[in-house]
This record gives sequence, structure tokens and C-alpha cells, in this order.
Amino acid sequence: MSGELTFVDAVNRTLAHAMREDERVIVLGEDVAEGGPYLVTAGLAEAFGRDRVRNTPISEGAVCGVAVGAAQSGLKPVVEIMFIDFVTLALDQLVNQAAKAHFMSGGQLSVPLVLRTQGGSGQRNGAQHSQSLEAWLTHVPGLKVVMPSGAADAAGLLRSAIADPNPVVFVENKSLYFRREPVPDPAEAIPIGRAHMVRSGRDITIVALSRMVGEALTAADQLASEHGIEAEVIDPRTLVPLDLATLAQSVTRTGRAVVAHEAVTAGGFGAELAAQLQAAAFDYLEAPIQRVGAPYTPVPVSPPLEDAYRPGAEEIIRAARVALEWGQHDAEPWEKGALASS
Amino acid sequence: MDTEVAVALLRTMWRIRRFEERVAQLKRNLQVHGLIHLSVGGEGVAAAVCGQLRDDDAVYSGHRAHGHAIAKGAPLNTMMAELMGRETGLCRGLGGSMHLVDAEHGFMGATGVVGGNLPLALGSALTSHLTRTDQVTVVFFGDGAVQAGHFNETINLAALWRLPLIFVCENNGFAEFTSRDEHSTIERVSDVVAPYGFERTTVSGSDVPAVYEAFGEYLRAARSGSGPFLLECLTYRRRGHYEGDQQKYRDPEAEEEWRERDPIARLTESHVDDEAATAIEREAAAEIEEAVRFARDSPFPDPAITAGLVYAA
Repeated sequence: MSGELTFVDAVNRTLAHAMREDERVIVLGEDVAEGGPYLVTAGLAEAFGRDRVRNTPISEGAVCGVAVGAAQSGLKPVVEIMFIDFVTLALDQLVNQAAKAHFMSGGQLSVPLVLRTQGGSGQRNGAQHSQSLEAWLTHVPGLKVVMPSGAADAAGLLRSAIADPNPVVFVENKSLYFRREPVPDPAEAIPIGRAHMVRSGRDITIVALSRMVGEALTAADQLASEHGIEAEVIDPRTLVPLDLATLAQSVTRTGRAVVAHEAVTAGGFGAELAAQLQAAAFDYLEAPIQRVGAPYTPVPVSPPLEDAYRPGAEEIIRAARVALEWGQHDAEPWEKGALASS
Repeated sequence: MDTEVAVALLRTMWRIRRFEERVAQLKRNLQVHGLIHLSVGGEGVAAAVCGQLRDDDAVYSGHRAHGHAIAKGAPLNTMMAELMGRETGLCRGLGGSMHLVDAEHGFMGATGVVGGNLPLALGSALTSHLTRTDQVTVVFFGDGAVQAGHFNETINLAALWRLPLIFVCENNGFAEFTSRDEHSTIERVSDVVAPYGFERTTVSGSDVPAVYEAFGEYLRAARSGSGPFLLECLTYRRRGHYEGDQQKYRDPEAEEEWRERDPIARLTESHVDDEAATAIEREAAAEIEEAVRFARDSPFPDPAITAGLVYAA
């Protein structure tokens, strides 16, 4: 069976399913028993009781640590950090405890924990409620990092994340929350570490994360209709582990690539993608890999400023054209590079 | 306190004392690795607390963890091998002195981040509550952890959730190099938690029967699901913060002062005859020498093991 669901409802239904299936699954975080600001956990406390759906004080550090300790001793906690901006307060537990417990104990401990959070701009929330901080987390061996781009993937990936014996950071994007799409019921688990070829094409590869997958599809349609360019769009779905093989195979076919995310370009995960892709497919590249992301500023609030800040299809098209037209103009390479990020 | 119990605790204390002193020596010879924090002077708390626990009760500790691990039942051989970075170490040489784990004996982990173990222990107590077991969790921490955000967040949550968790604070009056009065205006840790309304008390960590009795009372209550509790033990850190610490921040104590604070000397005097005590001490020293031999005879781990231990399968 498959009905249309929002991203929020897909996550909600998957949590309920997991809690019904396995008594060890618990949900904890600020306001989770009230449903939270986006209603992702609505109804869970009524269905499973407030012992398993635990409201917590505004204590992200301890709450994350409680989840780690519970996971080490046999539960499967799904802890919610309301905005990824507040993961800063939980990083000690996530980075120093969760990520390293299995390794440092020589394999004695494991931490089957899911940390759900959401990031992204677009709601005029300002610089402390709009960030995309996933790259920090990919830098810590021991964490897995998952970024679903739609409701169906969210359901399938969350199933796998809850089943995983490792700490998985599950990064949702608030702009995707109320988009509807068909979601199978029950959702089948989507393996962590396998990319999804969303659109095939021969001319250029666009690797896009989270909300930028939809933007990449819009860009691909426009490139096809206006320029006769066929872009391949790939969603890695999971940053750690990364399905490099699928991405690299595409780039060896197309010879050109754009990597796109909503996070600030500098130091973003796109830099890692570009580096790994150029190492894997250097001999096939016709142009430097182009990066699309946000400018190097905090997220502004005022609507025209935030709209200008937020990368989308237009930036992807511009970057694709730099890659596609590489070598055809007189401009110096560094000027072309500058074009892509301007 | 029965003589039998006193003898058992004294045995644990001597095993810790001799282990720590031997480790200090090995550190000077660069045969154990990394930052080493020893608990000489504080053995009484480890022995009196862990000596009353079952293997399936969980203990979390901090950076000064050797004594807690030994008292909880971690084998001396594999502990020493871990400190010496050997393949046969408790954690296969991947944890070291500050990150000992012996899950089999319920020593669920030491941590090098001061205060970082507090919420982990609350999570463990949450598991006991939700899976309806009578397991009790104990977390050791120093007075230095009390000023950390994690302490205040965890105490608040513990008070709200009323889980079977016993906080054991070893208040040795120093947070790293600095005395408590420079870290906080509140002298007693039991006073810090007073407004939360759970049971708490302060005892002398050198008075082993007092620690045993106070902890035993909390343990019996926690066993039937009550909690949390806080036991503050005023202890004495005989050595520096870490091995190599110059300790310019404090005056050397007189021998008679140390004897007054030494939990081993005090328990021996009150409960165990000298002959038996000497035998216990010698036995402990022999066990430690055997542990050093075991560790030295063990190979270093193969560097290839690391990549396979980042993620659980």
C-alpha cells in the first residue's frame, strides 16, 4: 500500500512502527510528548506512554548523554535535538562518548542511538535556527550521518537508522517537512550507505544533498528544456558511509560534476565530495568539479536577504554551465571559478 | 563492620594501592602510556562502594578510574596490559588509562572528559527502569565535575525522573591544580544538590566503615527502585593530579597527617590484625607483579585492527 504523506507524517509513522515492533525503542527530547514544534512526534506519547516518550528539560548535553548511556545498556533511543543549531550543546556527548565508545572499549560497547534533528534556512528564523552543520558531524569517525531528501526516503532511512548498532545522526530539513509524496506502508528499510540515482543523464552529474535534490531536479529540467543538456542527479542519501562508487561511476560517464548543498560552501561536505570524486575520476574530468552552497555569512533574517542567501536551482544551473562551457571562453580559470560561487 | 567484610575490603584496597604505585613507577620508565591519574589515598571509597555491587550493576567512572575498575572486578592482568598498550588489554589497547571498560564486570566505562560520565549513568539507570530489572547504577566523579554543565543538567533530570542511580562524589578538595574554594563558593557537594530534594550525605572517605554503611543504605533503597541518591566522600589525593604534576600548589603533608587520612591504615588499625594485613599486602604485591609480567609478555596490537573497530557490525 502506498499513500501520500508529508515528510513529518512519514517520520512520525516510522517512529510509531518502530516503537510497536520493539519495546526497547524510546523517544526523548524537548517537547516530544507534546509533538514538538513541527508535530513530528505527535500522538506518540498517547500511544506509547510518557515513560517511553520522554519530555526533557532544555538540557541538550545531558539528554544526549542519557541517550548514549541508555543505548549502551540495551535500549534503542531516538533522541531529538529540536534544531541542529543546538547540537552544539550536545557535541561533547555525541563526539566524545557516542562516536568513540565502540572503538575505545575494543568493541565491548555499542551505541545503537539515533539523533534526529532538523536544519536549513527559509523560514526567516535567523542565524541560530537555520544552519546546516552536517559537515562537522561527518568529520568524526564513529558517527553515521544521514540526510533524507523526501518523505519516502525519510521513512526507509529512519527504519535502517533505528536498526543500526551505531550512533546515527539523522538530519532532516525543515523546508521539506510539509511536502507530500507517496510513501509505502509499511516503509521498507533503505540501506544506509547506498546512493539513489534520481534522474539519469549523459552530460553532467549533479550530486545534491537533502533539499538540494529537489532543486537539482528543477535545474535538470531547465537545462534540458532550455539548453538540451541532460543532467544526471544523484542523492547520496547518507554522507557517512558514502557510496562513492555510484557517484564516481556517474562522473566517469559524464566527465563533469556539480556538488550542491544548503550549507556554507567553505568547509562544507561538498568539498569532501569534490575531493573524493576528483581522486576517483580524475582522468575522466573535462572540467573542475563545481561547488554550490551558501555564502560565507551567517543566515540573515530579512526575506530578500535570506532568499538571496539560500542556494537553489538557479545556482546549480549557473555552476553546471561553468562546468559545461569550461574552456570555451577567454576568461581565466580562476575567473570562471569565481563565476560559480558568485 | 564484620572482620570478614573488612578483610575483603582491605584486600581490594591493597590491590589498588599496589597497582597504582607500580603504575607510577612504570610511568616514570615510560612503560605505561598517556596521562595517568592515580587514586592513592582514595582506595576506601572504591572498595566500600563496589564491594557491595553485583556484576550486573553498572559503574561509570572518570579519569581517575583504576581503583573503581579493580574494585568492580576488572582483572589486574588485562588492566595492566591495557595501560601498557597491549593486545591482551581490556580494550585491546584502544582505550588506555582514562577509558577503561570491562562490560563483563559491569564497569561500563571511564571517561576522560570531566563530568561526561554523569548523563551516561542516568541513561543506564533509565534502562533498568524501563526494562524492569533491579540493577543499580553508580557514577563516580570528583568535586571538579560539579561545576560542569553536565552535572547540573543530570542532577536536575535525575531528581525529576527518580531512577535507581547513586551519585558518588569523591571530593578531594582539588579540581586539577586548583583548590575547591577557587572553583565554587559551595564547599560541600551535598549542599549543591540540596534544593533538588533527594537523599544525600557527606562522610569521610578515609573512614571505610562509614562509607560502607552510608552507601549500603542507599544501595538497598535503589535496589527496590528508589533514587537518586548522592554520597559525598571527603577523600585525600596523595599524589598529583596526574603523574608528572609538580604540585607546586600545595604543601607536602606530614607523615602523621597522612596516616590519619590513609584509609588502609585506619581500617587495619580498627578491624584487621597486623599479621593478616601484611599477608594481604604481600599477596596484592605478588598479583601486581604477575600482571606486569603478563602485560610485558603480551604483544602490541596489530595496527590493522583499528579500522574494523570504528563501527559495530
